[in-house]
Amino acid sequence: MVSQSTDHERSARDADTSSPVFDRPKRSLIGQIQHLLHNNPTLVPVLILLASVVVFAIATDGRLITGLAIKITLEQVSIVGILACAQTLVILTAGIDLSIGAVMVLSYVAMGHLAVTYGLPAPAALLGGFGVGMGLGAVSGLLVTRVKLPPFIVTLGMWQIVLATVYLYTGSQSIRSQAIDTTAPLLKLFGERVSIGGWDLTILGAPVIYAVVLMVAIFAVFSYIMRLTAWGRHVYAVGDDKEAADLAGVRSDKVVFSVYVVAGFIAAFAAWAAIGRVGSISPSSFAEANLDSIAAVVIGGTSLFGGRGTILGSLFGALTVGTFATGLKLAGADPQWVLFASGCLIILAVALDQWIRRISA
Amino acid sequence: MNIRTLIAGSILASGAVFAVPASAADIGACLITKTDINPFFVKMKEGASAEAQKLGIRLSSYAGKVDGDHESQVNAVETCIADGAKGILITASDTSAITDVVKRARDRGILVIALDTPLDPVDAADATFATDNFEAGRLIGAWAKASVEDPENAKIAMLDLNESQPTVGVLRDQGFLEGFGIDTADKSRWGDETDERVVGHEVTQGNEEGGLRAMENLLLQDPEINVVYTINEPAAAGAYEALQSAGRAGDVLIVSVDGGCPGVKNVQDGVIGATSQQYPLDMARLGIQAIAKFAETGEKPKASEGLDFTNTGVNLVTDKPVDGVPSISVAEGLDRCWG
Repeated sequence: MVSQSTDHERSARDADTSSPVFDRPKRSLIGQIQHLLHNNPTLVPVLILLASVVVFAIATDGRLITGLAIKITLEQVSIVGILACAQTLVILTAGIDLSIGAVMVLSYVAMGHLAVTYGLPAPAALLGGFGVGMGLGAVSGLLVTRVKLPPFIVTLGMWQIVLATVYLYTGSQSIRSQAIDTTAPLLKLFGERVSIGGWDLTILGAPVIYAVVLMVAIFAVFSYIMRLTAWGRHVYAVGDDKEAADLAGVRSDKVVFSVYVVAGFIAAFAAWAAIGRVGSISPSSFAEANLDSIAAVVIGGTSLFGGRGTILGSLFGALTVGTFATGLKLAGADPQWVLFASGCLIILAVALDQWIRRISA
Repeated sequence: MNIRTLIAGSILASGAVFAVPASAADIGACLITKTDINPFFVKMKEGASAEAQKLGIRLSSYAGKVDGDHESQVNAVETCIADGAKGILITASDTSAITDVVKRARDRGILVIALDTPLDPVDAADATFATDNFEAGRLIGAWAKASVEDPENAKIAMLDLNESQPTVGVLRDQGFLEGFGIDTADKSRWGDETDERVVGHEVTQGNEEGGLRAMENLLLQDPEINVVYTINEPAAAGAYEALQSAGRAGDVLIVSVDGGCPGVKNVQDGVIGATSQQYPLDMARLGIQAIAKFAETGEKPKASEGLDFTNTGVNLVTDKPVDGVPSISVAEGLDRCWG
């Protein structure tokens, strides 16, 4: 007879053989919502966008939902939207790019002056502008990765340097729309109405310009890249935990450097689109595009701490700001209220983000 | 870059110091502008230098690094005091904060003239030489009223500077409305008018993109707008783009203020119907003359009648003149434009 004390297998014999069940506390409705939002980061900006569309559609007696209002909102969002895509990449690496608007302006100033002032063929002028955008991105990237300066400081400095260069070089003078028409109409491509073989793209009867299509295309491409390519996953990994990414074999400095160059590349696309939309080469325009792009990213649910958020979220963020702007104006509010509402949205979005993050604690 | 240019560059960057001795005369004068890159101030310096040379005055020019650089301007005034200048011409970046150092200069018997931008309060300077911005607005308002088909049923878009309603923007806006024959209510702010002809006010930040956006928003509120007031010519160029994409470019009157060369070219091309031109060169030229006269006789310049500043002139530039509103041709405007 086996004594009880030596029956070592008894605990195994008597053990519960069903699958382990973790202690799952009963969640309140709010807790369930919190979980849902945590697992679907794009859901928040989509819901905010839908809610703002509904509210303003009612507040304006449906005037927000007309073709013209939608067209104008999309076109006004397009440039900042494209910049927001670049900004998302940088913020996902736990960085920030305060210079992105100024980089865009210097890129289009370069495109315009190369074509109009120096008489280069339009494609060469465009290449020059892309060179400026990517070159400036590379400088920021090197300063962040090699000199190990904080991205905030690097891009704050670059913002002022690039803006001063714009003003010194142009003397604050615009190149007139009419001058571009006669010398290099290709620069204004993205201001043309979308028309393919006689078929015009319209929204509820209102024609749309190529800048809007470009914005959607850039978001689609980068959404794909970020989800399904190694580079995209590396960007997330580096932003979430740089050391862990390094240990896992990701060459994180290279990834971060490439993100700044890619951001400069996207900014140059925004520059090309901006010439089309605005018409002239305007050194004093887009002074706040950097902050507007950050606002779109934040409202789009991307965390300023890096590694969390989606590219598409920023598109919805930009569209939300645009909907507020158009909606408030259609409702007859003073221009100051647009600024006010945008500020509230930013704080609300970050507060929501913090609340959703608390779930893991 | 060798070490010498580096040092020269850093001296320049540290406070914009370049004295231009025009002659060995014992009358010294200073010109202090907000920046030295804006074409408006470049023209101002041009006018001051030319006149100083003519009158044999020793002119020193200073500028802030950026618009709003108050510190450099204070340093510049102090340098002028130490230098024993007879007079100072200043376009102040911070119109109320600069008054302390200006008072010190005046206490030393230096004539201080504010150019383009009045100090706050306006009598903190001995005199102010500036554009009559209300008159500039009134001229384009009167021209628009005489040029539009049915002024009683006009639909007017107002494209202003920014939300903080700086004086220059308010004066031009309210001047335009008065010129058009619209009750301005409180003249010290825009946006409180009740006349139904005014579709709305939007802000542009005085640049093309802002003008475009503002015009789009107002067209959304009323697609039948047929008169557009703009704070300056870049905003007007932006508004034109919006009208063009709405298919309305041909049948809307755009009026503006400034008289920069690209703006006058836009009048020539029919983008802008008429613009009120101001003369930074004259402000500086008259300023140097006033300093010369003060050094000689001790007499200070007097303000224009009915105004608290000396009006340096403003002209309506258009090739479609109307009765009762004096104007100059585009050719003359191009001749006198700045930038």
